[in-house]
Amino acid sequence: MKKLINEPENVVYEELRGIAAAHPDLVQVCFNPNYIVRKDAPLKGKVGIVSGGGSGHEPMHGGFVGHGMLDAACPGAVFTSPTPDQMLEATRRVNGGAGVLHIVKNYTGDILNFEMAADLARDQGIEVESVVINDDVAVEDSLYTAGRRGVGATVLAEKICGAAAENRRSLKDVADICRKVNDRSRSMGMALTSCIVPHAGKPTFNLAEDEMEIGIGIHGEPGRTRMKLAPANEVVLMLMAAVISDLPYKNGDEMLLFVNGMGGTPLMELYVIYNRAYEMAVKNGLKVSRNLIGSYITSLEMAGCSITLLKLDDELVRLWDAPVRTAALRWGM
Amino acid sequence: MTISREDILKWIRNCAAVMAENRDYLIELDSPIGDGDHGANINRGFQAVLGKLPDVADKDIGMIFKTVGFTLISTVGGASGPLYGTMFMQMGAVSENKIELTLADWTEALEAGLNGVMMRGKAVPGDKTMVDALMPSAKTLKEASADNMSLNDALRACARAAEKGVQDTIPLVARKGRASYLGERSRGHQDPGATSSSMLLLAATRTWANGS
Repeated sequence: MKKLINEPENVVYEELRGIAAAHPDLVQVCFNPNYIVRKDAPLKGKVGIVSGGGSGHEPMHGGFVGHGMLDAACPGAVFTSPTPDQMLEATRRVNGGAGVLHIVKNYTGDILNFEMAADLARDQGIEVESVVINDDVAVEDSLYTAGRRGVGATVLAEKICGAAAENRRSLKDVADICRKVNDRSRSMGMALTSCIVPHAGKPTFNLAEDEMEIGIGIHGEPGRTRMKLAPANEVVLMLMAAVISDLPYKNGDEMLLFVNGMGGTPLMELYVIYNRAYEMAVKNGLKVSRNLIGSYITSLEMAGCSITLLKLDDELVRLWDAPVRTAALRWGM
Repeated sequence: MTISREDILKWIRNCAAVMAENRDYLIELDSPIGDGDHGANINRGFQAVLGKLPDVADKDIGMIFKTVGFTLISTVGGASGPLYGTMFMQMGAVSENKIELTLADWTEALEAGLNGVMMRGKAVPGDKTMVDALMPSAKTLKEASADNMSLNDALRACARAAEKGVQDTIPLVARKGRASYLGERSRGHQDPGATSSSMLLLAATRTWANGS
């Protein structure tokens, strides 16, 4: 294992110390239990937004704490859901009297821990709504699986809900907007290489030099198929076909196209992907009016990408364009 | 014959030792069908439990179990944190004010724990989860208890049922948790959650059953 770390068990702690040192103008990092919170929290009358998940997906979620996005993020161990005590403390801390929204990615661990935290917070008189993000079309959504995973749409939902909360929308409204973003988003990812969880010390799965995995999850969970490496244009075709065929749309619908890097893929290649994905969207009658390109929801050093389409409307465009100021996403202020 | 408070504490310490010993083995089981974190998480949880035990060593068994449960919930994370945490919390709820457990008490505790796991995780037998080790064990204990079997024999039967339950997960297709994304490809792999559950029950047998 070749990594820029010290002791594997100290990675998350040292990362959090680094975040605290780097962004004191934006966030405060709390330890035991661990969470990253907006420096000016709680904001009176504003819905608080809390998310969280395993570490190793940076900048998600800690990099999205700040004005116009998250109020707090709870980092777990690498690829491991955080615990209810973290979520409860974060929830109490950001509650400005208007209630708190939990944005939860659909993984069994995240669901169970956030469920316990929401119960505990409600016992303490805090109004909590939870919205589960499940946009990954690679997984069959059936009674026989844990359901579709939450991937790219999480970033978009956190940005858009953050803007709605900044506008002092009610908890019910912000939760409804979150569900709307989720309902109108579809994603699929792929990997060229595996990744190494620091405390495991070896790759989560193995891909040969000439192989790729289509439909990968953000923890290296296997996807739909493993196949021979293909040129970028063919990869885009597979990902876009899966996403477009699952997303109800009509000619001329306005879209946000999000090309995300898995952590080990250069921006150069992401633009190669975007180029073809944009062409395909247009060819299918979609109007790509907003985009996001970069590594925002990653899987350690995995090479690969995911593509997300979000069907926009006027409200979503307005909220997407609204100012945001976080470590990883910043515009308009 | 009964299980004393000292026996319970010894069992929990042994659980921590077993999880430390099998950390890498559980990671190995979890890598092909999960995400390779089970061994590290459960080990972290039980090491934290070791630190909490001295504070409750003179309390009733219900309090000891609840402390274990609460510590696991706040240190393990993932799905196994809430699941094992809930299991011990429920075991604690039916062991309140007890400073020793009869076979019937232990049976009741394990059943309560199993029900907690099923309620929290919404898994049923055959889903390729912890339930596939816990359910046959609880059933075996209940039958042993009804047959007035000795504690030793009952514990041994329970451990055998757990081990068989683990083996029986191998041909199953996972329907819960991260392994369910694999569908058919999860067949042929032993479930890591069922494995760690059976390790806890095996540790109980080794700790409490004489001459085994």
